[in-house]
Amino acid sequence: MAALRRVLRALATPFTQTAGLGRWMLVIGLVITGIFVLLAIFAPWIAPYGFAQASADGVDFPKAGAPSGEHWFGTDRLLFDVMSRTIWGARTAIEVVILSILICVVIGVPLGLVSGYYGGWLDRVLLLVMDALFAFPSFLLAIVFSFLLTDLFGGSVLAVAMSLSAIYIPQYYRVVRNTTVSAKEATYVEAARAIGAKDGVIMRRYLFGNVIQSVPVIGTLNAADAILTLAGLGFLGLGIQSTDAAEWGHDLNRALADAGAGVWWTGLYPGLAIVLLVTGLTLVGEGLNETLNPTLRKRRLLPVVMTTREDR
Amino acid sequence: MTQPELDPVLEAEFQPDVTGDGPVISARDVRVWYGTTRGAIRAVDGVSFDLAPGETLGLVGESGCGKSTLGRGLMGLLPAGAKRDGEVRFRGEDVLTMSPRDAHRLRGSQLGMIFQEPMTRLNPLLRVSAHFEEAIRQHEPKLPKREVTQRALDALRMMGIPPTRYRSYPHEFSGGMRQRLMIALALVLRPAFIVADEPTTALDVLVEAQIVQILNDLRRDFRTSLLLITHNVGIVAEACDRVAVMYAGRIVEQGRVADVFAAPQHPYTRELLRSTISLRTTGLNFIPGSPPDLIDPPPGCRFAPRCPQAMAVCATTDPITIERPGGGQVECWAVGPTDLIPAGGTARLQQEELAVADEA
Amino acid sequence: MTGSTGTGSLPRYILQRILLVIPMIWVILTLVFVILRVAPGDPVSAALGGKLDEEALDERRAALGFDRPLIEQYWDYLVSVMKLDFGTTFSDNQPILHVVRDNGGATLSLTVVAFLIALLVGIPLGLVAGRYRDSVPDVAIRLFGILTYAAPIFFVGFLLQAYVAAPLGLPTSGAASPRTVFTVEPTTHILLIDVFLSGDGAAIEDVLLHLVLPACTLGLLICGVFIRLVRVNILQTMQADYVEAAEARGLDRRKVTWRHAFRNALVPVVTVIGLQFALLLGGAVLTESTFNWPGLGKKLVDYINERDYGAVQGIVTLFAVAVVLISVLVDVVNALIDPRVRY
Repeated sequence: MAALRRVLRALATPFTQTAGLGRWMLVIGLVITGIFVLLAIFAPWIAPYGFAQASADGVDFPKAGAPSGEHWFGTDRLLFDVMSRTIWGARTAIEVVILSILICVVIGVPLGLVSGYYGGWLDRVLLLVMDALFAFPSFLLAIVFSFLLTDLFGGSVLAVAMSLSAIYIPQYYRVVRNTTVSAKEATYVEAARAIGAKDGVIMRRYLFGNVIQSVPVIGTLNAADAILTLAGLGFLGLGIQSTDAAEWGHDLNRALADAGAGVWWTGLYPGLAIVLLVTGLTLVGEGLNETLNPTLRKRRLLPVVMTTREDR
Repeated sequence: MTQPELDPVLEAEFQPDVTGDGPVISARDVRVWYGTTRGAIRAVDGVSFDLAPGETLGLVGESGCGKSTLGRGLMGLLPAGAKRDGEVRFRGEDVLTMSPRDAHRLRGSQLGMIFQEPMTRLNPLLRVSAHFEEAIRQHEPKLPKREVTQRALDALRMMGIPPTRYRSYPHEFSGGMRQRLMIALALVLRPAFIVADEPTTALDVLVEAQIVQILNDLRRDFRTSLLLITHNVGIVAEACDRVAVMYAGRIVEQGRVADVFAAPQHPYTRELLRSTISLRTTGLNFIPGSPPDLIDPPPGCRFAPRCPQAMAVCATTDPITIERPGGGQVECWAVGPTDLIPAGGTARLQQEELAVADEA
Repeated sequence: MTGSTGTGSLPRYILQRILLVIPMIWVILTLVFVILRVAPGDPVSAALGGKLDEEALDERRAALGFDRPLIEQYWDYLVSVMKLDFGTTFSDNQPILHVVRDNGGATLSLTVVAFLIALLVGIPLGLVAGRYRDSVPDVAIRLFGILTYAAPIFFVGFLLQAYVAAPLGLPTSGAASPRTVFTVEPTTHILLIDVFLSGDGAAIEDVLLHLVLPACTLGLLICGVFIRLVRVNILQTMQADYVEAAEARGLDRRKVTWRHAFRNALVPVVTVIGLQFALLLGGAVLTESTFNWPGLGKKLVDYINERDYGAVQGIVTLFAVAVVLISVLVDVVNALIDPRVRY
């Protein structure tokens, strides 16, 4: 109970000790992100129709029908319900982001651990490869990987998540490697080595817990970028196909042709969904940055009220 | 150091009130409080002193006692959320109540400041020449370019920096040279009063002696008044006329350096002098305990919890500032006034046991 | 320490920087080769599978050297890149350099104009936001910055096409109308320059009108990054020791802000411009696809849809090398601006 309270208090310090915008950005960002996570989890119950459903009760939906009581956000040229696709899109986006973070952790963390712990030529080669990947324009890298992976795996959620991981693995690798290099000099690791613990044990028991703490931070920072990249790939037709899952970027691609024809609803809603979710995640990232980074943090100062002279 | 030839007209213009008697700076009951997340820190809490033209006042005390804050408070360089009150008269004019514009105009031209860290105080992108030129231009916009350069070069030469380095960048100088640059930069405007905030702390011992020598020459050559903030008692003995000892936001004792150091009246001054390492030191002396929390300072004398001579009265009633025997002021019940101590007040104060472990 | 070392070490610094970049380029080339040549197996049939019979495919494989051991192909690839030969496309059998010549100009003019827009909009907004922290303009500017970052290019493109293009009469597709394309002499192969060389008023207007929407879209995307960066730097330099020292010398607020806080805050911006170039390239791919802009990015997507591994490999190699070289250029410019870097 006391431990839980301590954790809660630690989580709340950024809120209680900072002033101004940083605090509000964090709160608003968390609320927006939370709404999208709820939409993703409960999509089957919230969305009025399925994401690839073109008819109900044997009656076809209208083609590119304007918003109405039946279809609040209208329907698109494939007869799909735009509102349903927008809600299901949240699920796809969050699935892909979580999956890609998992892949990054599974690949990036062990690589960073081993590279940082053993050092030597392996470390140098990995470092060079990761630096090269990092120097690559990230969206181009995602395009190349999804080009290759959709050839190998088809346009599935997994293939897209793997393409995204290719961009972010170097970041995880770098952070984990650098943490490992400094952590392995720590006294408790030296002590473990002194009593004859094996390398594998030291890495699993002592270093892993140390380096895994930085993962949530990188994850949050990359999530907004990942959503945008996913949508970009979808827009270029390199991502997930319309019938496999609802994906905002791909829907916008199909909607682009409608823009000149006065059919605004097919593109507006998926586009707004992207903007909102990315804004939410960015606010969380910026808010965290502003509250945790001492040079940016603006502490909430209690106003100075000078007591009258008699006091002293 | 060459004796600078001062233009008598210019000198008169810069120092209109050099009669030798009226203080340049006169502070009365100055308070500077900082806002924090926990409440106000009473960093400076009722400080008074005078500084005559050409006089150097050494301000000593432990770190965190408020001496730097006092210096900044006089300059008006305080962070957001800080407040100051009391009275600071510069040649009779109250700096704290004058308009922000006028106060700003005094800065640099009349009130100069030398900082602790010379390495980070110069803009890395600007040449040394640009620093000088913008400072001079700010206060004397009509001065022709040649004279601006001449003034800057004169100030540099006085600090022993050759004119060939005038167009160099700050990173091309060593720490000691940069501190001399900073002093030259403060001097080039010929202020009547300079706050030097730990000017030698970041420098090595040889350079330190050199800077102290330069500061010593200042008052002789320009009759510049200097508030020298330091934690080094040795520098005070060497470079100051008078000394003010600060503890937890208060000046507890002040007077002529020779008087105070020969016969310290306040127990804190005594302990501070005893902690100073000299050639005769055989064992290290330290003051047990640490300074009080300045957000909620203890009642009575703030040194009472650590004071070897604390009496019952010290923990309940604020000490009263009295004339020091031999000149100057001191505030300590052990010195006086004895007739104001209530009955039983002289009993030995029961202090909490101060474990050595607490001090870290 | 003398003043002369400052200038004397600049060429050495440049040389050092170039030497450091060689292994980096080698690793990137190897990565590209592994990803696009080794991993997919047989790119020729992927690109031309349906179009040619088995015999013709074998012929093409032999012509491209795909029947030889991988290590030989790898060596050939490295050597030809060093000779600035980036290979040929499979689907229409064109040298990559010709593709670049014909489409690179459009990408270049789009990115350069977008970049200028981003700098002109982003830096002043960032300065204002940082200087007046937590004021109403700060809140508005930061929100604008976040929104420009959060809005995908193709969504902004969609909105512009749906709501802005028609009322203003702005074109939404291509870099120029067909008439302009056919009448303007391709002297530099960069339409934006050629059209000015031709001196044809109507054509100039036509090209500039086509440029408005794509360049603004891409420029807005990048300007959010500048707003954020400049703002954070201002917040940090406003707290710098030398700013306080300048205030202690009585300099007026405006001078302290401009000469001491702003100038120092802009130095890191130069470095980040190099990183933004990578972002700009990614953005260009999307912008070109959204506005049907005839640039390299659009071409790349076309080749990808045709499964043309040769074209993708060539264009990606070129992009990657360009990004790395630009980062060197940025470092050199940085050394010229900031005298401390050279040490």
